[in-house]
Amino acid sequence: MRLLELEINGDRLHVAAPPHWTLLEVLRYELGLTGTKQGCDKGDCGACTVLVDGKPQLSCLMLGSAAQGHAITTIEGLLPAHRAQGGAGADPVQDAFDRCGALQCGFCQPGMMLSAKALLSENPTPTSTDIKHALSGNLCRCTGYTQILEAALLAATKTEEVL
Amino acid sequence: MAARDQHGSGAPWGAEFKVVGQPHRKIDGLAKATGSAVYTDDIQLPGMLHAKTLRSPHAHANIVSIDVTKALELEGVHAIITGTDLPINYGVIPWTPDEHALANGKVRFIGDEVAAVAAIDEDTANAALKLIKVEYEVLEAFFDPREALAKTEPAIHEQKPLKDGSSRGNVSKHVKLEFGDVDAALASSDVVVEHDYSFHGTTHAAIEPHCAVGQYSADGLLTVHSSTQITHYVQRALARVLELPEAKVRVIQPFLGGAFGGKSDPFSLEFCVAKLAMITGRPVKMLWTREEVFYAHRGRHPMQLTYRTGANKDGKLTATDAKILIDGGSYSSFGLVTTYYSGQLLTGPVDIPTYRFDSTRVFTNKPPCGPKRGHGSVQPRFAFEIQLDEIAEKLNLDPIELRRRNWQGEQTKTVNGQRITSNGFMQCLDLVEQQSDWKARYGKLPDGRGLGVAGSMYISGTNYPIYPNDMPQAGIQLQVDRSGRVTVFTGGNDIGQGSSSMCAYIVSEELGVDLGDIRVIAADTDLCPVDLGAYSSRVTFMVGNATIDACRKLRKQICTAVAEKWEVEVAAVRLGGGLALCLSDAQKTIPVREAFQWAEARFDTLGSTGSYNTPTLGGDYRGGTIGASPAYSFTAHAAEVTVDRETGRITCEKVWCAHDCGRALNPTLVKGQIEGSVYMGAAEVTMEDHGINRFGLHSGPSLLDYRIPTSLDTPDIEALIVESIDPEGPYGAKEAGEGPLHSVIPAIANAVYDAVGIRLRHLPFTPGKVLAALEEKEAGQPAGTAS
Repeated sequence: MRLLELEINGDRLHVAAPPHWTLLEVLRYELGLTGTKQGCDKGDCGACTVLVDGKPQLSCLMLGSAAQGHAITTIEGLLPAHRAQGGAGADPVQDAFDRCGALQCGFCQPGMMLSAKALLSENPTPTSTDIKHALSGNLCRCTGYTQILEAALLAATKTEEVL
Repeated sequence: MAARDQHGSGAPWGAEFKVVGQPHRKIDGLAKATGSAVYTDDIQLPGMLHAKTLRSPHAHANIVSIDVTKALELEGVHAIITGTDLPINYGVIPWTPDEHALANGKVRFIGDEVAAVAAIDEDTANAALKLIKVEYEVLEAFFDPREALAKTEPAIHEQKPLKDGSSRGNVSKHVKLEFGDVDAALASSDVVVEHDYSFHGTTHAAIEPHCAVGQYSADGLLTVHSSTQITHYVQRALARVLELPEAKVRVIQPFLGGAFGGKSDPFSLEFCVAKLAMITGRPVKMLWTREEVFYAHRGRHPMQLTYRTGANKDGKLTATDAKILIDGGSYSSFGLVTTYYSGQLLTGPVDIPTYRFDSTRVFTNKPPCGPKRGHGSVQPRFAFEIQLDEIAEKLNLDPIELRRRNWQGEQTKTVNGQRITSNGFMQCLDLVEQQSDWKARYGKLPDGRGLGVAGSMYISGTNYPIYPNDMPQAGIQLQVDRSGRVTVFTGGNDIGQGSSSMCAYIVSEELGVDLGDIRVIAADTDLCPVDLGAYSSRVTFMVGNATIDACRKLRKQICTAVAEKWEVEVAAVRLGGGLALCLSDAQKTIPVREAFQWAEARFDTLGSTGSYNTPTLGGDYRGGTIGASPAYSFTAHAAEVTVDRETGRITCEKVWCAHDCGRALNPTLVKGQIEGSVYMGAAEVTMEDHGINRFGLHSGPSLLDYRIPTSLDTPDIEALIVESIDPEGPYGAKEAGEGPLHSVIPAIANAVYDAVGIRLRHLPFTPGKVLAALEEKEAGQPAGTAS
């Protein structure tokens, strides 16, 4: 076992985990942050996407120890951050995905929404093509991506309103 | 039970709808969006063990011996089970129980389950698997259904001989049905088109891998949480295999990360976690790897199809004759039904006056096939709709016009005796024709770009349950609280399609309760009345009708109590928008919560049940009930493609899909189903291939090698909703989850012909096949001889 010091959703946490465990395993099975999903465990599907210093990364391809010294955001971090900024309801990305029907089974969506979140923080007014490129590492098997694109566009307009 | 005519033309709805027909959020959307929704692998129980499965490295072999001694000695290993621990067979279809949770002396494909280990963690379980010694006697294996058909030995399954005493060999199921004199009709037809087609294997690839958690209490109650779409059947199968009374088995489906038919069999892991929990006295979880999910499969059957279709000069079809060889893989799964569906579901929306199909499903030593979205009917539809395109060309008719001339109509019967009620296919054709600007563009686009059209139909549930019984197919319980909250208990499996939300929309419509005050408890066999599960597109139709039934009973009580208080006629009381209103006196208005309280005071604690069962339907012949459905959905697709003559690459640029779903209870969710179907079908044409090589190994059991489309690969999709208002569906609704997949595939094939003049008949359409066909065409050979 190895003692890790991680910064997750703004909290500094100490957790013991086997040295070969990925960040995904540490999040899910040690910290109980099960919103981050495992679809393939080999970097193909994108369901385990988290933000590392604001950039989308596959937590199944990152050792838990490699996450030390970085700010990790998981899907569970969005709502509290939104509330901390005085927001009501859910985070604009989460709200838009819900409103547009983009959440069918919902399994790929935590990763998808974090990729969308990262895109919008870099580019608050993306085109459809920008969104397709930014989300192309996140596989969805339910939606055919159409309502996801609608949601990301809606979130972009709402993000502007909030700003 | 819901009266059959209660949704007839006199039903009190239409302009009055307050909830139905409008876009709404799903009741569980934000739980999914915020990461708080609990899926099966998110469950962590105190003291929980982790289990892994040892799988066969051989495609076909007898097991001579299994030695688990060394593995059991490994520290951290708590139990190991093999086939002798779970000797009872099962199968989702009660007539073909040819599966065992762990191999019973024989393995039939690479990946077949042999043993399971429960240990303190996955690493220990995996280490233990390596210490299990299995001695195999390797047998000849069959990977080609033609070979498996030709050779009867070694038989993959021991089967009873046929009535005449001859061996069934490796035939899993054979169905031959003929309606009318097909040979005579073909002989007198003005044109006949005959070709061979093939459809390759594809799989569901739901992003959530299969997972199950078993618990066995000291007082003998087995609880299994599972990523299943058939809670009720899993409960029955567990009880059978583990020799427990059904009342002692509780199955719960947590949030489910996609299914598409891939979670509609009982699977080995459900039995293994249950048995291991019973042995160890501790909770046991098993999560399959992505590779294991690919081998578990149950996906689309590869089919080799020969079709002959005749027509006369007036464009009227005369006959269709089909011969189909179905590669079943190693077990039956739903194969009996698949074999029937390969013929039975082709007989609309165009009328086929005489029809014959001869379908044979054969066992091979490959991962078992099963039901994937559009079970059994996607492959025949591919062949038939290309034939229609060829007939239209021969008769110099527009392919949309050909389909119009042969439309079967509403309130009619198909040639194989299936009852058709509502039928919006003509509006579907009109819409895709308009939206694709078909008339201006079909046959007129520049070289390399083309348009194609195709149509299809699908069932809204099967008329007869998988195991024969006279009980309802769907049940609902409602519990009403004086706080104004209503809880719905449904056995229906919400697999992401939104069935729980659908129940809430109906309750909100019927009882006037705000959506936020409705809770839905679903797919827990201890809490919910039986529903048969989320398969065959049955849920909206059947669970929806059951929900209406339950609501109407409650509404009657509530309205009666309010009418008595107000001293008005019951008919003057309306529930809607969170209020109880009086039609004859605008001053009389109370919150619906207060109406509930009046009703509770008047009648006692409030609650109701509702149910739905199907009418007696189907053709009057053996197998005539398979394919019978209380209502059919109809679909038309137009597809636009580009074909690169240099690289042979086909790109589907855009798909217009018009789908007759009866009534869209929530158009946002219906569009989601249409778009998801189109995406999944289009991917089967050029990208996805569940290929098994000549050693029985999957050609690429990962989400990288099995290429499901990304956001960049998916065509633009325009979902168009047609509402035919079915007389028996809930508020007129029919299915939307599977029908819209079917005809996108032949529409793309037909568009390729419009683009570059080649008839591709053998899926998948790889660049190599395109280039070969283009070369053949240039060499002057008839288009379409390439395979």
